[in-house]
Amino acid sequence: MSEDLLAIADRVVAMAKPGEQIEAVVVRGTETEIRVFGGDVESLSSAQSQGVGIRIVVDGRQGFAYAGSLDESAIAETLADARDNVSFATFDEFAGLAEPDGVVIPVLDLHRDAMVSFATADKIALAIELERVVMAADPRISGIESAEYADSISEAAIASSAGIRTTGSETSCFLATYAMATEGDETQTGFGFSVGREPSDLTPSAAATEAAERATRMLGAVQPPSGRLTVVLDPWVTAQFLGILGYTLDGESVLKGRSLFAERLGESVGSSLLTLIDDPTDVRSFTATDADGEGLAARRNVLIENGVLQKFVHNAYSARRAGTVSTGNAVRGFKSTPSVGCLSVSLVPGISEPAALIAGIDDGVLVQEVSGLHSGVNPVSGDFSTGAEGLRIRNGELAEPVREFTIASTLQKMLRDVQAVGSDLQFLPMNATGVSLVVADLTVSGS
Amino acid sequence: MIEQLVLEEVLGVAMRTGGEFAEVFAEDRRNASAVLDDGRVEELTSGRDRGAGIRVVVGDTTGFAHTADLTEAGLIAAAEAAAAAARGGGGGTNIVALDRRSASRGYDIETYPGDVPKARKVELLGRANDAARAVGGAISQVSVSYGDNRRHILVANSDGLFVEDDTVRTFFAVSCVATGDAGMQTGRESVGHTIGFEMFDLYDVDQLARNAADRALTKLAARPAPSGQMPVVIGSGGGGVLFHEACGHGLEADLVAKGASVFRGRVGQQVASKGVTVVDDGTMEREWGNIAVDDEGNPAQRNVLIEDGVLTDYMWDHLRARKEGRRSSGNGRRQSYQNLPMVRMTNTYLLAGEEDPESIIASTPKGVYVKHLGGGQVNTATGDFVFGMTEAYLLEDGKITEPLREGNLIGNGPEVLQRIDALGNDFAMGPPGTCGKDGQGVPVGDGVPTLRVSSLTIGGTAA
Repeated sequence: MSEDLLAIADRVVAMAKPGEQIEAVVVRGTETEIRVFGGDVESLSSAQSQGVGIRIVVDGRQGFAYAGSLDESAIAETLADARDNVSFATFDEFAGLAEPDGVVIPVLDLHRDAMVSFATADKIALAIELERVVMAADPRISGIESAEYADSISEAAIASSAGIRTTGSETSCFLATYAMATEGDETQTGFGFSVGREPSDLTPSAAATEAAERATRMLGAVQPPSGRLTVVLDPWVTAQFLGILGYTLDGESVLKGRSLFAERLGESVGSSLLTLIDDPTDVRSFTATDADGEGLAARRNVLIENGVLQKFVHNAYSARRAGTVSTGNAVRGFKSTPSVGCLSVSLVPGISEPAALIAGIDDGVLVQEVSGLHSGVNPVSGDFSTGAEGLRIRNGELAEPVREFTIASTLQKMLRDVQAVGSDLQFLPMNATGVSLVVADLTVSGS
Repeated sequence: MIEQLVLEEVLGVAMRTGGEFAEVFAEDRRNASAVLDDGRVEELTSGRDRGAGIRVVVGDTTGFAHTADLTEAGLIAAAEAAAAAARGGGGGTNIVALDRRSASRGYDIETYPGDVPKARKVELLGRANDAARAVGGAISQVSVSYGDNRRHILVANSDGLFVEDDTVRTFFAVSCVATGDAGMQTGRESVGHTIGFEMFDLYDVDQLARNAADRALTKLAARPAPSGQMPVVIGSGGGGVLFHEACGHGLEADLVAKGASVFRGRVGQQVASKGVTVVDDGTMEREWGNIAVDDEGNPAQRNVLIEDGVLTDYMWDHLRARKEGRRSSGNGRRQSYQNLPMVRMTNTYLLAGEEDPESIIASTPKGVYVKHLGGGQVNTATGDFVFGMTEAYLLEDGKITEPLREGNLIGNGPEVLQRIDALGNDFAMGPPGTCGKDGQGVPVGDGVPTLRVSSLTIGGTAA
């Protein structure tokens, strides 16, 4: 179904002048977002969008331009802009497009026709059902900040003068809600969601139960005293840290002297319990994909194995510069040139259920939510400090809720201080998979 | 961008199925950016986004559709989709007559960035790179970015409003990595204004680069930040994000209406220390959050949110104001034609007090001095917020002493506002910011004088 997009990409590539390398990325997407409030639709947005990004390399110089349109005139203007931009770049002997590497693009089940044919009225019904079950989940639920249904159907084609020609199509949908729980004049919030590739994958009750439980269990929360404690990160929190850890393993950061693991390949960088993989071919992952942003096959890469650093991820440019091959980790939208990044990171799970992990801790904190990660974690220095909320752990059991505190350490130390990885792998609407993680000796800063 | 007769026709179609309000928002935006990293100008990027978003309101339901096709046929198809999404029932004829108004921002753009040769933009990158590296051998990496955009918008609605605006923004940032015995640290400096290339008459890029390099070098010698509660002095211009997070978001009428704000029902009450006056001001000339009209066509305003500690008003967009039978405060903004507008801040700031900033520092025996805050985040329903400190020092015996490594501060909005116990006479605006809400980013500015919060929780690792 993306053949017409590939035809456009082919036409752009055919316009290459002698000496020019050209790559065209052409995308099209259909999105629906429905927000409900008070049992009725608050807003319903439906839209189709498209765009083209054109990259040109001439004699070691690269230029780029994009347009949010597939009109012939917009494409012609974009091509001319990209061409004009080439001359201003600095010569770089490694600049160039990805070359086909012989790795076969995996056949993944990422597109569901059932998503395409699902009626708008049924989408509305799902969102209204979500709000209804959240409100009914607990008498202390006083309202919702949001309850929404969203889906997307996206198609992309990449073609280049280096011989790349790929197309892909993916569907996804999710339900998400923020619930408010109130007791007296205190209000606490909690979120819940359900993700899938087609509506039959979604369960409103699961999202509602999670949101209500997260909100109600925070009622009565107090600020904990400061100290050094063992912390259990819940899967949602672990996934956010893995997303940041992924940045430190990006081959471009390594080459440019921005990775704290730059010289550490083959060395132990963390607890032997840690095995970190980037596997976009696992279709359970929300960000699973068959090809990367340069049209090379997506693949499973083991980055850290039993605590030992094994590999950095690369796109074609960073690989060429590092004297290695692309790991299929070019990341991009149509509005930018490919950068390097993990596509779907995950820890290999351990054998203990979360309850068993908690049972082994005398004095600690279960962190169920962190805030300010974008300002509180510096992936270059490794320093981190984030706002947190959750439940105190006393004598192996969950105790009173706690809020308005921070947890702090460095990424380097935190990897060494991992004491257990849970068995509770959780797939989330992001590029990292969650699992419970026990980390010793984090600084809790509170009263 | 679109003919008046076509707009009237499209709005008529949007209202045909019983709509109570319909709006066409069209946008033609051109972006240009250039990045120098690792000693090389990596690439120049040019981009163009053009399209229209149409919304139709029926009762409490808003239907919205957008299209990149600005022909009459494309707009009518989007209007029909938006009307269907709003599930309008009744039929009828709707005639919309538009009354064209002009948008004014009180100053002119001197040099449109689109008229500046690309070579001149690239030259700035090279100069900043050289200046940052010249600061010292410990500067191990430098990244410089330049960006400009020109955004032409058109808003027409079934109330007859018809207005167009043309906004130009220019941005420049330098990020440095310094490497020392204890690892790497980073420093950044950024400037952005709602003006053209004349921004570079206001700033010396060499100096901006040296500021970024100095910040990274200073932190090489930094010690871990303390943990626990203590007084915090925030430097002039460095901490407007405190008010953006501690009260700004909680004063957005859409969150208030849903009960998702700790400031609900508190208008007229003392919510902050005496002397604290917080303003959101889209008219602030040349600032990053400046707008002539908001993205619903309403003129920008200067809105006093908290006056001498008393909560005076929330911020409003068209939809929330209409429900309450009042006027929008000019705070309806959206990221692009692909998004619905909602209540957003513009330039949010705390007015200056009367104290000498030096004496505020000297009268703080022990605590932390934060020269620059980073980004933040707030849960408006609980009021709990965090923000990062990107440049901070220990305060010992009333003096600024050792630099501190990065960390977050955490507090509760209503509590922190009551704990402001000193306000300096040295107001300044801070660096440009991007505020995110429901996945939409819009440019915002902020500013503060030197101020002291008597107690905040510092999230460091030192005891």
